[in-house]
Amino acid sequence: MNISPSLRRDFLTYALGYGLAIVLTGISFAFVFYRLLVPQAVFGVVLFLAVIQIVVHMRCFLHISLKQSARSDLQLILFSTLIIILMVGGTLIVVLDQNARMM
Amino acid sequence: MTIWHILLGRLTWSSLAFVRAWRDPTLSELIGAAAAAIAVGGAVVLFGLLTYLRAWRYLWSEWLTSLDHKRIGIMYMVFAGVMLARALIEAVVIRTQQAIAINNQGIVGPEHFAELFSTHGTIMVFFVGMPLLIGLMNYVMPLQIGSRDVAFPYLNSISLWLTIGGGIMMMASLVVGKFSTGGWSGYPPYTELAFNGGVGPDYWIWSVSLSSLGALMTGINFAVTIYKFRAPGMTWMRLPLFTWTSLCTSILMIFAVPPLTIATLMLAADRYLGMHFFTNDLGGNMMNFVNLFWLFGHPEVYILILPPFGVYSEVVSAYSSKELYGYTSLVIATMAIAILSFTVWLHHFFTMGQSAPINAFFGIATMLIGIPTGVKIYDWIWTMFWGEVRLNTAMLFSIGFMVTFVIGGMSGIILATPPVDYMVHNTLFLIAHFHNMLIPGMLYGVIAGYYYWFPKAFGFRLSEKWGRRTFFCFFVGFYLAFMPLYVMGLGGVARRSQELFDPTLRPWTIVAEIGALLLFTGLACIFIQLYVSIKQRHQTRVPVGDPWDARGLEWSMSAPPPEYNFAVIPQVSRRDAFYWRKKYDGAYRPADHYRDIELPKNSMCGILVGMGLTACFFGFVWHIWWLAFLGFAVAFGTAVVRSFNRDVNRVIPAAEVAAHDRRWLDRAAAARPIPRHLELTPENEGLAKWQG
Ligand code: HEM
Ligand SMILES: [Cu+2]
Repeated sequence: MNISPSLRRDFLTYALGYGLAIVLTGISFAFVFYRLLVPQAVFGVVLFLAVIQIVVHMRCFLHISLKQSARSDLQLILFSTLIIILMVGGTLIVVLDQNARMM
Repeated sequence: MTIWHILLGRLTWSSLAFVRAWRDPTLSELIGAAAAAIAVGGAVVLFGLLTYLRAWRYLWSEWLTSLDHKRIGIMYMVFAGVMLARALIEAVVIRTQQAIAINNQGIVGPEHFAELFSTHGTIMVFFVGMPLLIGLMNYVMPLQIGSRDVAFPYLNSISLWLTIGGGIMMMASLVVGKFSTGGWSGYPPYTELAFNGGVGPDYWIWSVSLSSLGALMTGINFAVTIYKFRAPGMTWMRLPLFTWTSLCTSILMIFAVPPLTIATLMLAADRYLGMHFFTNDLGGNMMNFVNLFWLFGHPEVYILILPPFGVYSEVVSAYSSKELYGYTSLVIATMAIAILSFTVWLHHFFTMGQSAPINAFFGIATMLIGIPTGVKIYDWIWTMFWGEVRLNTAMLFSIGFMVTFVIGGMSGIILATPPVDYMVHNTLFLIAHFHNMLIPGMLYGVIAGYYYWFPKAFGFRLSEKWGRRTFFCFFVGFYLAFMPLYVMGLGGVARRSQELFDPTLRPWTIVAEIGALLLFTGLACIFIQLYVSIKQRHQTRVPVGDPWDARGLEWSMSAPPPEYNFAVIPQVSRRDAFYWRKKYDGAYRPADHYRDIELPKNSMCGILVGMGLTACFFGFVWHIWWLAFLGFAVAFGTAVVRSFNRDVNRVIPAAEVAAHDRRWLDRAAAARPIPRHLELTPENEGLAKWQG
């Protein structure tokens, strides 16, 4: 079988993304499982790693780059960001507001 | 750990509804056993009939393994029709119980009653509403945008079989074990292990998971189709309105369904792995379940209501013989509703204890949704204005919808006021409100769309007489069944009440009972209509394919359409493409040249993945771990093996396409053009006379 260069490049990006995703997930789990830091710090680390993970997914799996991003790509990213801000932000506000009731 | 335990998990003799009824023959148990008997009997009769007719091979090779979006759409709707029958019968039983059980136990015990409203709600939302609409979108949307199929036909088949798998689980819960008693929303901590150790909540978790996985994949599939598979020239502002609402619905599915899947899986983790996401102790927070559930739940009601809005737009425009009034405002209103629907979820739990400013914010956001919805209603009214309106079944349902839906919207605005909601939340007032939205907003729309597109899909029209009877039952039935619930709700009657204690309620419950029976008669009318229409199909054939003098691309080919939809992909230059083609005499013309067409081959992988995962989840419910493992292995293995298969398409040669097209064009040339006022007569062969 002859593999075209573009196919090869695709394969490499996916493999790289997969590897990075596993490593990032693994580190997060390690921090929690082995209690490497105080809980608040662990939370910070996991959050940070999660954000990197998002970037990895976007770059390696969804092939979204800053340069040649098409207009509909941009629209979709902006829309997703809006909805995620609404959902995650809303959840935080609501759950924190009710938190007193769980004490 | 006996061998039985390993083989059958938690299953015992007394899991069977029949055995329970034998040991304890109360009326409630006997009703349960009768329902189980209907489920088993129905399956046996179906299998027997298929075997007797030797229809298995045909069914398997033409339908079950088909990747054609049109067939998948029809299968979705058939499946949803069966589930609708069950859920509607359950609604009648619920109403009968409340009509009888005033200061007595009535016909079903408390547990059984709780199962009834839980299954009714779960089925109506996940296994009636969603599949009906997904089926309709599956059939119509690719035809409207000038595409040969959806973007991912194989994924489409997987979605179908996951949804059907969920339905099979719902049916199984009638026969073995019991369903959840936690309502369609399944709030913990009540559904946690500590309070509900049985299989009920597990049935709910896993059947809803199957449905939500299917819906998520459908959302992705449809959104990609609309983004990437439009015919050349079909720009955004030329899309038919049904396609617009399909797009917004798909996007809602992509973003709204994951919170549900996550919430049910976290609840599963609590129940199976001893986690504490939603438990009372050890840091659990059950309010977050409520929050996650409604992050899904509110957009979900728009998933159910937006596609019918699209149907009404098409139907009203076609049967008024006018361009849709305010197309742009309808598009903007649809998008506004889609986005706003992510900002209001908290109105489902105003009373959970967050502070007043938060309630106020969400109350106002909720009322805002009334604005774009109102815009739509006016647009439809203006579309009818001075049009050649034909009051057939679909139009009756559309007008019935406009009137009724507005009333439901008004009660919604009332509920959106937090202090008022404190008074009436969790009462029958709420039940009346959301049925007032969903029955006109979803069911009427599906029936209207079914009537409108049925001739396209099957090549003959539906009986108008039975359609009108259906409308009568559904319209009057709705008012009788649910207006009394407003009254009772304002009087303070709690929803989900198995027994009532105030004899003055009796007149209202009896009227509601009559309404429910009328609604059930309406469903019977739909089935009779189908039967009658098939019987008299020779007088109602419309092979040329445009029986309603309609405007979209879906009317520009034969009825039923060839499996490749379009002999050549159309070039679109305006909105309402087919209308303009008819106007400038461009319709019913042969193409310059025909090309080979590539279509996906049939595949049984969809069915294997879907049924594999269903078996896996069934194993989870009953703790039959070998079955869970086996089912998962089948599903996963199929997906992997199929991905190596490169030979998935087949080619229809150009000559065959050309011959088929020519035959259809000859048919069109021979047909007599029919003016609109004769469209319900046997003369209508599907060729509309040009009347401007
Ligand atoms: C067509 C006729 C229908 C009738 C007669 C009917 C009747 C009922 C009744 C009597 C209840 C229980 C009220 C109570 O809690 O006391 C109920 C609950 C419910 N219905 Fe319907 N219904 C119908 C259609 C629908 C449709 C089309 C949907 C949604 C698409 C739906 C969704 C629900 C839901 C979500 C619940 C709440 C279940 C719960 O409490 O967890 N129903 N219905
Ligand atoms: Cu809502």
